[in-house]
Amino acid sequence: MATIIEINKEKALEVKNFEFTYAGADTPSVKKLSMPVAKHNITALIGPSGCGKTTLLRSFNRMHDLYPNNKYSGEIIFKDRNILTSKEDLIKLRIQIGMIFQKPTAFPMSIFDNVAYGLKLQGIKNRTELSTRVEKALKDAAIWNEVKDRLKHDANGLSGGQQQRLCIARAVAVEPEVLLFDEPTSALDPISTAGIEELIVELRERVSIIIVTHNMQQAARVSDYTGFMYLGELVELGRTEEIFVTPKERLTEEYITGKFG
Amino acid sequence: MTHTQKRIIINDIVMALSTLSALIGMGFLFWILSVLIINGIDALSMSIFLNEGAPPGNSDGGLKHALIGQLYLVGYASFFGIPLGVLAGTYLSEYSQKSKVAEIIRDISDIMMSAPSIVIGAFVYAVVVAPFGHFSGWAGTIALSIIMLPIILRTTDDMLQLVPSTLREAAFALGAPKYKVIVQVVYRGAKAGILTGILLGVARVAGETAPLLFTSFNDNFLNTDMSQPMASLTVTMYNYATSPYEDWQKLGWAAAFILSMFILTLNILGRVFLLKKRGKR
Amino acid sequence: MNIFIDKFFANTTRFIAFGILLLVAWIFTVLFEHSLESIKAFGFLFITEDKWAPNLEKFGALPAIYGSVISTFLAMILAVPLAIGVAIFLSEIAHAKLKAPVGVSIELLAAIPSVVYGMWGLFYFVPIIRDIFGGVGISMLSAGIVLSVMILPFMAAITRDAMNTTPDILKESAYALGGTKWDVVKDIIIPYAKAGIIGSFILALGRAIGETMAVTFVMGNVHKISIDLTQPATSIPVTLANEFAEADSALYYSSLFELSLLLLVVSFTIISVAKFYFLRRKRVI
Repeated sequence: MATIIEINKEKALEVKNFEFTYAGADTPSVKKLSMPVAKHNITALIGPSGCGKTTLLRSFNRMHDLYPNNKYSGEIIFKDRNILTSKEDLIKLRIQIGMIFQKPTAFPMSIFDNVAYGLKLQGIKNRTELSTRVEKALKDAAIWNEVKDRLKHDANGLSGGQQQRLCIARAVAVEPEVLLFDEPTSALDPISTAGIEELIVELRERVSIIIVTHNMQQAARVSDYTGFMYLGELVELGRTEEIFVTPKERLTEEYITGKFG
Repeated sequence: MTHTQKRIIINDIVMALSTLSALIGMGFLFWILSVLIINGIDALSMSIFLNEGAPPGNSDGGLKHALIGQLYLVGYASFFGIPLGVLAGTYLSEYSQKSKVAEIIRDISDIMMSAPSIVIGAFVYAVVVAPFGHFSGWAGTIALSIIMLPIILRTTDDMLQLVPSTLREAAFALGAPKYKVIVQVVYRGAKAGILTGILLGVARVAGETAPLLFTSFNDNFLNTDMSQPMASLTVTMYNYATSPYEDWQKLGWAAAFILSMFILTLNILGRVFLLKKRGKR
Repeated sequence: MNIFIDKFFANTTRFIAFGILLLVAWIFTVLFEHSLESIKAFGFLFITEDKWAPNLEKFGALPAIYGSVISTFLAMILAVPLAIGVAIFLSEIAHAKLKAPVGVSIELLAAIPSVVYGMWGLFYFVPIIRDIFGGVGISMLSAGIVLSVMILPFMAAITRDAMNTTPDILKESAYALGGTKWDVVKDIIIPYAKAGIIGSFILALGRAIGETMAVTFVMGNVHKISIDLTQPATSIPVTLANEFAEADSALYYSSLFELSLLLLVVSFTIISVAKFYFLRRKRVI
């Protein structure tokens, strides 16, 4: 049915027969989905709105658990264990699998404190260690030069693009193994978008990345693998250049050529 | 113990405390509610609606005088307060919008909504009771209308502003004069919201006691002459409850029950209207 | 014809709207005028003198002011932590199925007239205070506690509304970094909604200080300053409620008017601070 590429590299995550049903819904929003996520690669998830791509993404860090009565089934394997069990330590999981949201989400605190937030949650109190790691994270997120003189300023004074890079800095500061990007540029202008895309590509060196995007060009520009989802199912997963040039599924071809969506 | 474990423990403690305070809060409130219902139902009987006040020791006293007095006071207060409030709200929303004066009127009304109602009683005492030389139903009504006015004004203002301007423009485009646009189109569009505001406003003044203590005062017998002191459920409740006589206290509970049910019904109705409207959109 | 009606309608609404401003100004003027005699007679002694003796024509408002301050303060220190707890419970802990019914019943309880709270206090709460602390039970302590129960629903409801203004995505971001509920509440929600939360408390304070009926039942109207909270006391609204209809001299009336004016000015100020400094204007319903 679906065409899922075999990945012979090391895997960051492996989804097996995964289903997700929202509280009160009759039918699952993600259906019997299986896919590998290659380590230190960028996997993009595309598809028309309502196809379940964001729902899938928010399952990797169990974000759905914030709201009651959502149901998971199947498995998501991360570091040799199924993270969907009830004994999974969600706090630890979310430190290891970070997330960037559709809109910049600068916390109501200073730039420094924003980046240090995750570190402080882990109990790091030493000022010098905090400073070093905040500086490193800001450099990794390519925003250090813009903010180094105003670390004590309120983070909400930054522009949208800067805030989004600050959020990336905040996420990489805790050194996660996987980063989830949920349409990270949908609220940004084209120039900021280009900057964020560049940054995502660079981050691949350090983390495995899954990015949900409504923008096919973005998927083509940044990702190594692309998965096309439709009506809760994964229709096709393959190397990005193959998906966009020689898709195996007719549905994929129709979507990327703009026949629907 | 790692830092994260510590965080989890602190979290559990705080969440338990929050739940506990919610339980304590709800516990108190349900205590009050059950006291009200148990005593109220126990004290209810037909004679309450049929008989007027009776001297203590006389077990067939009723609340007819207070119920009717209450209807007069709140009825007249609504008769004045509602149209005045709606018209003033209309001015704010339809004629002056964001002008400086409109903002000041809104601010002052907001403050008046939370200002102590007993002070309004003192004011009405000075301008109505003292010049006429005696307490009267009119004085109580005036105090209640003053309290009701800002509530109706602000809800009307808010609800009219929710009516989409395209609706107004469409009506203007048909050549309707402004007052007709307002009365026939804008009011109609905001009907549910204005009604909710009115219900909440009436509910609010129906429970007022303090401004009536020295305006409409009280009367232990039925009086429908607005120029004379007049009984109200609230003041009767206060007088009966603080009296040492058991049958009067019982009547006090009956009054409390009837009044609270009336006010809760108005509040629930108001919510239902608003929900229905939101549901439609 | 239409033009005439149009003008008439517009002018009527304007006239009434401006009438509100005149009315409020009139209220202040009338209260001030009627206070003049007392202001002339006592000056500042009115608020610093602790002897309130109508039979001697001596009116010192300090006991009433003291009672207003202490009973409101007691009510606030009891109600604020409970209100925060209830608000956290409603916005972050409660199951979706519980949120709406608990939230609505709290709002409905805020609508129950204060005279009912007072009655409950007199018949059910005062005896408990009497059993625990001795004395008559009618006391400053009872007044403070009944007042706190009275303002709790209002305070909890508007504190919850303030907390709910925090965007979900912001909270999710903190959870995504491994935050617990409490981390999110203290680091994200409270800082984000700080102004609104403080505004809610001050608004509740403004209401509490002018609240009459809930305390009149249980305070006793005794013009005596006592450190002992289990003693009967009085407050400005309690004095007004008890004595206004019975005052028998011009100076007595004038003193009561001065108390009213004082109460109006204080609550006007407190509510204005809450409104203008902390709360942006919100819809009334």
